[in-house]
Amino acid sequence: MKAFLLAAAALLAIPAAAQTIAFTGGTVAIGDGSAPAPGTVVIRDGRVVAAGPNVAVPAGARQVDATGKWVAAGMVAGWTSEGIVDGEGISETYDARARTSPFNAAVDVLVAVNPDSPVIAVDRAGGVTRALVAPEPGNSIFAGQGAVIDLGADAAAVTRAKAFQFVELGENSAGLAGGSRPAAYALLHDALAQAQDYRRNPAGFDGRTRDALLKRSDAAALLPVLDGRIPLVVHVERRSDILQVLDLRRQYPQVKLVLLGATEGWMVAREIAAARVPVLAAALADLPAAFESVGATESNAGRLEAAGVTVGLATVDISAQGGQRILKQFAGNLVAIAKVPGHTGLDWGHAFAAITSGPAAALGMDGEIGSLRPGRRADVVVWDGDPLELASAPVGVWIDGVEQPLANRQTKLRDRYLTPQEGALPKAYER
Amino acid sequence: MFSKYGAGLALLALAGCAAAKADKPRTAAASGPKVPAPWTTDPYPSTYRPYPGVPTLITGVTILDGEGGRIDNGQVLFADGKVVAVGQSVAAPAGATTIDGRGRWVTPGIIDIHSHLGDYPTPSIEAHSDGNEATSPTTPEVWAEHSVWPQDPGFSRALANGGVTTLQILPGSANLMGGRSVVVKNVYARTQQGMKFPGAPYGLKMACGENPKRVYGSKGREPSTRMGNIAVDRMTWAKAAEYKRRWDGYERGDGKGDPPGRDIAMDTLAGVLDGKILVQNHCYRTDEMANVIDMSKEFGYHVSAFHHGVEAYKIADLLKANNICAAVWADWYGFKMEAYDGIPENLAILQKAGACATIHSDDENGIQRLNQEVAKAQAAGRRAGIAIPDEVAWEWLAINPARALGIADRVGSLKPGKMADVVLWNGNPFSVYTRPDMVWIDGALLYDAHDPKRRPVSDFELGQKGEGDVK
Repeated sequence: MKAFLLAAAALLAIPAAAQTIAFTGGTVAIGDGSAPAPGTVVIRDGRVVAAGPNVAVPAGARQVDATGKWVAAGMVAGWTSEGIVDGEGISETYDARARTSPFNAAVDVLVAVNPDSPVIAVDRAGGVTRALVAPEPGNSIFAGQGAVIDLGADAAAVTRAKAFQFVELGENSAGLAGGSRPAAYALLHDALAQAQDYRRNPAGFDGRTRDALLKRSDAAALLPVLDGRIPLVVHVERRSDILQVLDLRRQYPQVKLVLLGATEGWMVAREIAAARVPVLAAALADLPAAFESVGATESNAGRLEAAGVTVGLATVDISAQGGQRILKQFAGNLVAIAKVPGHTGLDWGHAFAAITSGPAAALGMDGEIGSLRPGRRADVVVWDGDPLELASAPVGVWIDGVEQPLANRQTKLRDRYLTPQEGALPKAYER
Repeated sequence: MFSKYGAGLALLALAGCAAAKADKPRTAAASGPKVPAPWTTDPYPSTYRPYPGVPTLITGVTILDGEGGRIDNGQVLFADGKVVAVGQSVAAPAGATTIDGRGRWVTPGIIDIHSHLGDYPTPSIEAHSDGNEATSPTTPEVWAEHSVWPQDPGFSRALANGGVTTLQILPGSANLMGGRSVVVKNVYARTQQGMKFPGAPYGLKMACGENPKRVYGSKGREPSTRMGNIAVDRMTWAKAAEYKRRWDGYERGDGKGDPPGRDIAMDTLAGVLDGKILVQNHCYRTDEMANVIDMSKEFGYHVSAFHHGVEAYKIADLLKANNICAAVWADWYGFKMEAYDGIPENLAILQKAGACATIHSDDENGIQRLNQEVAKAQAAGRRAGIAIPDEVAWEWLAINPARALGIADRVGSLKPGKMADVVLWNGNPFSVYTRPDMVWIDGALLYDAHDPKRRPVSDFELGQKGEGDVK
């Protein structure tokens, strides 16, 4: 099953660009934490060849003049429902959660991803080129398997299927597991034990009856997690919850943990760094939104980074009703607070990395996406100014080396209503 | 994505309001002990008192005055809680504290016309869900101030990160008529009365669209449709008109006869019909805004502002013609069907059409970055060919919301004599890299980025991890 899906995904994801393009004259933001600098970016056949100050333009390359502009890695949105939800209040389009399904870990968002979602077109025009697409827990602490997609205007969205398994172990886990955190941990340990039972003796594994605590397919979905072949993203916020999760490595040494949220991560930043666990951090959460996040501060990401933790930003714990394009604003704010006494922010290069290579690195995919380092997929955004600044906007977007359309419902509504009054015909005739 | 766990709450919380001037209670006529019309009384009066300040002069600073004026390398003087002078160079009294504002910007304090701080405070737990009296589609009898928890940690973030000095706290939008709003100064107090903006008019929160029909339709009651929404509104306004007629007749009768029976719900609506309470109307779509405008004419009231008007740009001319402000987000869209057509150029198109536009947050995080929201909206306009200078765009944060709240004579700009609600920014507030350096309210320094003692910590956060940390 899995092999089939991966093969299908690979077939769909072949980049169409057999072309060499050189972006010249601009300020280059690579996305690997380095500072932006004048330079050239060369891409070929959908991959980055080189980026930086001393990069030569290959003969025959198509040149894109970026003078006065910025040439930057596309944003990688760290935790989204891109393509599986068109509007969170439009339940008919909501494929992120399955409250009454008998399945949990086996749920795979892949089949729901709709590259034609208007949300994708808007975020693409906002400079987002890849996204982690995650299920939400519905009936269990296990939410299921997420994917990494591109935001290209084509039918082939999937970069990596089954890119991670997601489990809730924070305050919400209590309700999902029957009423308490201890119950959530009992469920977690029992599920992982059952998965091992299933591995040892698939034929003898129950898991088919209605009241089975773990279905066969759920057990099967947890095996690659136990083996460390698929990262386990864990949502926790509270210091004590984070330490409990880090402690899981003693019992499950192969499991590749990723923390999501981690509002109080700064309080145990050294422990997280020592455990080499990356964090998809709540970008600007600074309120005690729940009792699990009483210690929230905008300095969280900066303090984690300073301790050596790999950080990607995500729109968890904070409203992002304007879409994932807001990530650049969040990153910019982390630069801003570096000037405020007492705060720990990020320098520009690391703030930008937190919305490009950071989320990719959290899943071990930074060799493939998230920066303009050689060999990465050629996701390039040309901005009319500093990408983190509020006034800046993309003027060109390439995904897998393919130039993308930037028009979307919003630009068309804007053009139709720039003058609100009707003209010779009703507005319905203007387009 | 985890914000979605709170999505239901957030959607319900979407609300809108405007305030009308709450006049002083009418006193008994000389001829007898006549009872004043109940909507003119002020039974929960403000006890807010400005904290002491010192005469302060900021020099060499870029000034946006909040009502369209800009002075580069200018000076601002405030004393005794009031703005004294703004200009290229102003005469300061001896002994005034002088702040070198070179490289920095000064603006009037930001006014958020749409907040649920206090009535949906953090932590966002069940016990704090105090914004929607979702037990009846019309609850004009409830007052948001009676839900406001003055220890909401959100007030401190709005001050320190957002430079917000005045905010309107509204009931949510589960109900067609959600109740009265309250306008507060962003100064912590032991009681909500201690925060109340002295003399600010009340608002009536009304709501169009999906929320009321969903909440009550799911209970098997009217309204379950948009036509039901308007029908229930009209039936309620008709009762209010009758209630007000009875009271007007009593008032005209020189105290003869018994006063009409008191109806707390109708008091609020009669206050609207009397022009004393301002309608702040949550409404997304053009068709619904147009229906509400006609309804307001049918019953003789005025809508002060449409809140969340994501489609306001489509009828900017209609809003201008009816003197109604649009209070909107910069770029929120699509999170529900009635928000499907939101675009980032909304504010700019409204501005171009000459309509009254204001930014709003409706969000405990967004309220911390309203200046940034305005910067995004301004930039979207520029790309669409609508050039709006910084000093004009700042009106969306200052004089325009002040007008829609009926308090523009006291706040919303740096005009001499107004309350000295002042933000000194550490750079250009249209840049993402800028934060408030100092914030004064009524001339009192209540936030200073360089002084941890000028960083408010609510009771809730006292003695907990992160107490007094930068936030």
